[in-house]
Amino acid sequence: MDFWLNILEQGLIFGVMVLGVYITYKILDFPDLSVDGSFPLGAAVTASCLILGIGPFIATIFAFGAGLLAGGVTGFLHVKFKITNLLSGILVMIGLYSINLRIMGKANVPLFNQETIFSNGLKPIMIIAVFAILVKFALDFFLKTKFGFIIKATGDNPQLVTSLGIDIGNIKIIALMISNGLVALSGSLVAQYQRFSDVGMGTGMIVMGLASIIFGEAIFKRVSLVVPTTMALFGSVLYKTSTAFALKLGFPPTDLKLITAIIVIAALAVNQGKNPFKGKKIFSMGGDPIVTNSKSV
Amino acid sequence: MLRIRNLCKTFHPNTVNQKTVFNKFSLDVEQGDFITIIGSNGAGKSTLLNIISGCIEVDEGSIRLKNKDISNEPEFKRTRDIGRVFQDPSMGTSPSMNIIENLSMAMNKGKKFDLSMGASKKDIPLFEKLVSKIHLGLENQLDTKVGLLSGGQRQSLSLLMATASNPHILLLDEHTAALDPKTSERIIDLTQKIVSERKITTLMVTHNLNQAISLGNRLLMMHGGKIVLDIKGEEKKSLTIEKLLGCFEKIQSDDLLSDRLLFS
Repeated sequence: MDFWLNILEQGLIFGVMVLGVYITYKILDFPDLSVDGSFPLGAAVTASCLILGIGPFIATIFAFGAGLLAGGVTGFLHVKFKITNLLSGILVMIGLYSINLRIMGKANVPLFNQETIFSNGLKPIMIIAVFAILVKFALDFFLKTKFGFIIKATGDNPQLVTSLGIDIGNIKIIALMISNGLVALSGSLVAQYQRFSDVGMGTGMIVMGLASIIFGEAIFKRVSLVVPTTMALFGSVLYKTSTAFALKLGFPPTDLKLITAIIVIAALAVNQGKNPFKGKKIFSMGGDPIVTNSKSV
Repeated sequence: MLRIRNLCKTFHPNTVNQKTVFNKFSLDVEQGDFITIIGSNGAGKSTLLNIISGCIEVDEGSIRLKNKDISNEPEFKRTRDIGRVFQDPSMGTSPSMNIIENLSMAMNKGKKFDLSMGASKKDIPLFEKLVSKIHLGLENQLDTKVGLLSGGQRQSLSLLMATASNPHILLLDEHTAALDPKTSERIIDLTQKIVSERKITTLMVTHNLNQAISLGNRLLMMHGGKIVLDIKGEEKKSLTIEKLLGCFEKIQSDDLLSDRLLFS
């Protein structure tokens, strides 16, 4: 029971990050690697705030704000300096590594004695579920607004947005800000949940986000009435389930990144409608000729 | 209405690929004009539309739209007064969104895109009426994703969307070239209907001489970045394909002649 509860908690807590990645990867069509930096940024800001004695909810909001800023920088680099989307993400990620170290002062900050959002006696799963579900519904609502439509259209057909008299640059920057804000929020929750913040905790975060999105989509695509944000949350839980089982099977935790990579590859291959484990068809069955008219021209 | 003065544009200046498309090009368009533009490939027709809409920056010259100098405005600011339909049917719509969402965005052009609801149930009868005009049965599938529609359906929708907000000027860049003849005819009918009903000033590039003659009140033939033929009013009404082809060939042969002289 504890095993499953743990999976659900982790799945939903990282699900907030997955929803952030969903905005950039799925809606905006922008592979944003700054996620690997803004996730520990959220954790670092939270840890420093908690050490300073700032209340946990304020600290969480600060973390969200720091994420907004990080995403804004990525967008600014891409839009104003015309740096490619991949590279602007990488630059921000690298820069944030040093910034995170500066914020925390050292590579690892334990939070064992600090008050966190989980110290009010409620079960952690309840607090986590409230956050994840709130973010999901807020995002669902946001995507139905006029502004949300424009973000969707920007990923879909930038020319249309320009034709509507709107600067796509600003739209991209705002979408990246919201995305990284959610990622940092998730980082903040994780730091408070596991009661420490580590500068290396963001490594591979983007791949994990993609894995969850693709995983969720591959499995729930054919189920009607499941909206993409729900798929992303479910995907995150499924991803955590599969890694938990990998650990149960006796793989050492150091193998987890490789397992993640394999999950992504498998999910992508399945999504393409190709089963990588099926052999090539060597024989084809004969049949009626397609042309029934035997007269020549 | 639209005044273009001394437009100059050279692509890849100071390289071996240098190509001067326009040298001191000028054009006046009156309010309510429907101008068809023909000309061989490379004559600068599409470049002209791209320059008006701000896709391509000019080297020199001024463009005034409704007494406002727009030469230095970025594309997204100019497009607020300009409607445009491209040759590629996928350029004018958002494929992963449905017809209602696409039309809602188009209707909201010029207003704020804020956090109010993007589409409203109240608009559905209006949209049904709007799309029933194009007689493609789209009124029964308003919640279909646009990506699933055929090229002709999408292009009709693009046309509706481009004109939804009453632009000052409508630019049509060979907007029927990618469609089959029958659909193409339909779109042309729709274009004529919308333009004449709403009296939108229109520039239409086409390779179809029939369309160029039958539509609009003015015809421009472009060649090598210049207007070589400008036919309006009564003269336009009596124009036939033979006459037009005659002019076309005369210009072409002039070209050949000079080439021949050069290389002989």
